[in-house]
Amino acid sequence: MAEPIEYMERSRLYYEAQGFDRAYRWAMFDDVPFTPLSKPLSESRLGIITTSATYARTSRDSRAVDSGSTTEPPERLYADDLSWDKKATHMDDRESYFPLLQLEAAVAEGRLGSISPRFYCAPTSYSHRETLTEDGPEILELCQQDEVDIALLVPL
Amino acid sequence: MSLVARLLEEAGIPTVILGSGKDIVEHCGVPRFLFSDFPLGNPCGVPWDREMQHAILQQALDLFETAEAPRTTVQTPYSWDGDAWRTEYMEIRPEDRAELLRKGEENRRERAEKRAREA
Repeated sequence: MAEPIEYMERSRLYYEAQGFDRAYRWAMFDDVPFTPLSKPLSESRLGIITTSATYARTSRDSRAVDSGSTTEPPERLYADDLSWDKKATHMDDRESYFPLLQLEAAVAEGRLGSISPRFYCAPTSYSHRETLTEDGPEILELCQQDEVDIALLVPL
Repeated sequence: MSLVARLLEEAGIPTVILGSGKDIVEHCGVPRFLFSDFPLGNPCGVPWDREMQHAILQQALDLFETAEAPRTTVQTPYSWDGDAWRTEYMEIRPEDRAELLRKGEENRRERAEKRAREA
């Protein structure tokens, strides 16, 4: 079986070849928080968080926390400005990066309680500080407003 | 995304990350991680393959229940069709170097403009 790609090393070499003189410092922590489920999945409300955007964002646009409706969801989402394998695949099938139909099926089957009325867009930021002190808390607040019990985070 | 998972978890909201950048997510350290060894872009399954997408989502839901400690990684049992993407992603061929440098310069210019706008 093939080994997973070492993205940190590969992107270090890639950005070095682009003339960036300082390697990106990837986030790393010794301690990892852990919260057990407080109620069964079948009674839990799930929030979906994506790194994609609700509009055709480009690398020139500022990224910001955003949300959209899960009851009247967009047909697709956008992430042309993010690094993902645009040669090997595409974003034409929303379910391949935003599993709303499958979550709805899980609710219909009684496996999951409900889906939060909104989904949430987390802007990936170069700055850890920005994510930890601004964008992250904003996403948390949206989840709390919607009484989200559990969250599924799907980075592209 | 890993940082957001940590914040939510600290606030009492259990999380599962469903993604394909294994080394990045595990380097950060997250509570629960379902890893799909696919090209970055489709962690929920091959486009239009509803059966696979269904099974992967079930695994993600299972992980909320089965993980007993932080840094729990589970891998989906699927593989992508072909392995070319493993070498081609961010591949640096000698003939690409000039273009990569040009892209880097463009990228730095865009970032500087964005910073100036946001200041």
